[in-house]
Amino acid sequence: MKKRRLEYFIELILKACAVVTILTTIGIIWVLLSESLTFFKEVSIKDFLTDTEWTPLFAKKHFGILPLISGTLLTTFIAVCVALPLGLVIAIYLSQYAPKRFRKIIKPLLEVLAAVPTVVYGFFALMVVTPFLQNLIPNMAGFNALSAGIVMGIMIIPFVSSLSEDALQAVPKSLKNAAYGLGSTRFQTSFRVMVPAASSGIIVSVILAFSRAIGETMIVAIAAGQQPRLTANPLVPIETITAYIVQVAKGDVPHGTLEYRTIFAAGITLFVFTFILNNISFWIRKKYREQYD
Amino acid sequence: MTNELNYILESKNVNVYYGELHALKDINLKIQKNSVTALIGPSGCGKSTFLRVFNRMNDYIDSFKIEGDVFMEGQNIYDKKVRVDELRKNIGMVFQKPNPFPKSIYENVAYGLKIQGIKDKEFLMDRVENSLKQAALWDEVKDDLKKSALALSGGQQQRICIARALAVEPNVLLMDEPTSALDPISTAKVEELINELKEKYTIVIVTHNMQQASRVSDNTAFFYMGDLIEHAKTEDIFRNPKKERTQNYITGRFG
Repeated sequence: MKKRRLEYFIELILKACAVVTILTTIGIIWVLLSESLTFFKEVSIKDFLTDTEWTPLFAKKHFGILPLISGTLLTTFIAVCVALPLGLVIAIYLSQYAPKRFRKIIKPLLEVLAAVPTVVYGFFALMVVTPFLQNLIPNMAGFNALSAGIVMGIMIIPFVSSLSEDALQAVPKSLKNAAYGLGSTRFQTSFRVMVPAASSGIIVSVILAFSRAIGETMIVAIAAGQQPRLTANPLVPIETITAYIVQVAKGDVPHGTLEYRTIFAAGITLFVFTFILNNISFWIRKKYREQYD
Repeated sequence: MTNELNYILESKNVNVYYGELHALKDINLKIQKNSVTALIGPSGCGKSTFLRVFNRMNDYIDSFKIEGDVFMEGQNIYDKKVRVDELRKNIGMVFQKPNPFPKSIYENVAYGLKIQGIKDKEFLMDRVENSLKQAALWDEVKDDLKKSALALSGGQQQRICIARALAVEPNVLLMDEPTSALDPISTAKVEELINELKEKYTIVIVTHNMQQASRVSDNTAFFYMGDLIEHAKTEDIFRNPKKERTQNYITGRFG
């Protein structure tokens, strides 16, 4: 009898843990929603989505989110441009070329890249990458999207390489044999058979990396600047959604004001982005699983 | 010496090791051109390993080591100068389980040609049609060449794999238990196919199925524990084997 009750008790604790997680998520969404609803009572959604200026902290206030979105997408785009080719090449090398023993050493080492504190990356972008790039591109500003994006790209390489490698390893060995049996070189086997067969997994890895880059805060807050600007020019200071939230949350703005509520509006925008991306990757993964079973 | 010309493959004192395991012991065997040779023997006797010696598919196994010489039309295929990818264009392979690529039927059959850099659409289409006809699959799939090969039945998938191997026009076709994953009707189709294909190709087939060996092959080689026990005309092997081991195996006393 005693054992039974203990079992029941343990189950209750486990259930409670799960419920707490769900409640937290619901709580966060609730706060985001209610605060931004108050915000949107004063600022129309149309202005929010179409105004091309974001100056809530200035005397002449504009509440157009577009500059922040453009800044976010610009740095993210640069990051993915760095991480996708490098990550994919690493994944192909590790799964198709590298000897087993070598792979066992390299893979954890690569994952260390994801474990470096992002503040270190931010510092690295500002103090090392920017000065280096300024030598090559003289008119580049001290704060810019390019260095932040490149460094962020390095940070998310392990997301792409690790998940893509898993996807490549999951391709049935019989396909590799078929390719070799027909006289494919290793290169042809990798790029014509293995990569296409693993493509859904690779796409998922890129989407998750993308999602991670969109939400990344420290690197862009340190190295990309704090000037919301609707531009595709990677050489000038910009501001991302995350960097703006940091800027306001640091405490200059009094609680409860419209200015303060802007961070919730910005936050929910960010949330919508990552939510959609995660769902796409979830959907692809589900479809992919069906295909191979 | 004039006889030599009739042999396309030859293994000379071939020994294969997987780490400590001595998997093939001093194998000497010649394979006649345009014939079907069946490799039979109990599981683990080395027949599949021996099959893969000819297109060097064992090379990917870490602990694999080979001694001795293997010739194809006089060329030592384990020579350092030989490029494996070139070799495999001459020696096609069909595997135990159908393994079509997750691509369309057309792309599967055209794959071997495309990796050789052939882009001429008409030429590719011709070869695809021809290969599918040779594999007795054309009539079943000619209207949906764009359909995924994975959507076909197991027997059709295996014939796609045969067509895919034939498309590059190899001299030799290695088949590793090609019907073990198929139903009886598909098996009969593939066997019929083997009989037709030997007009143009040399076929080496590994099989667990004694009836299959006697139905499809001209010559049979019996392996046991890494040794080649007996190699002769299929009728002789099945009617009056010279060795007692062979006799025991084909009459089902062990294996």
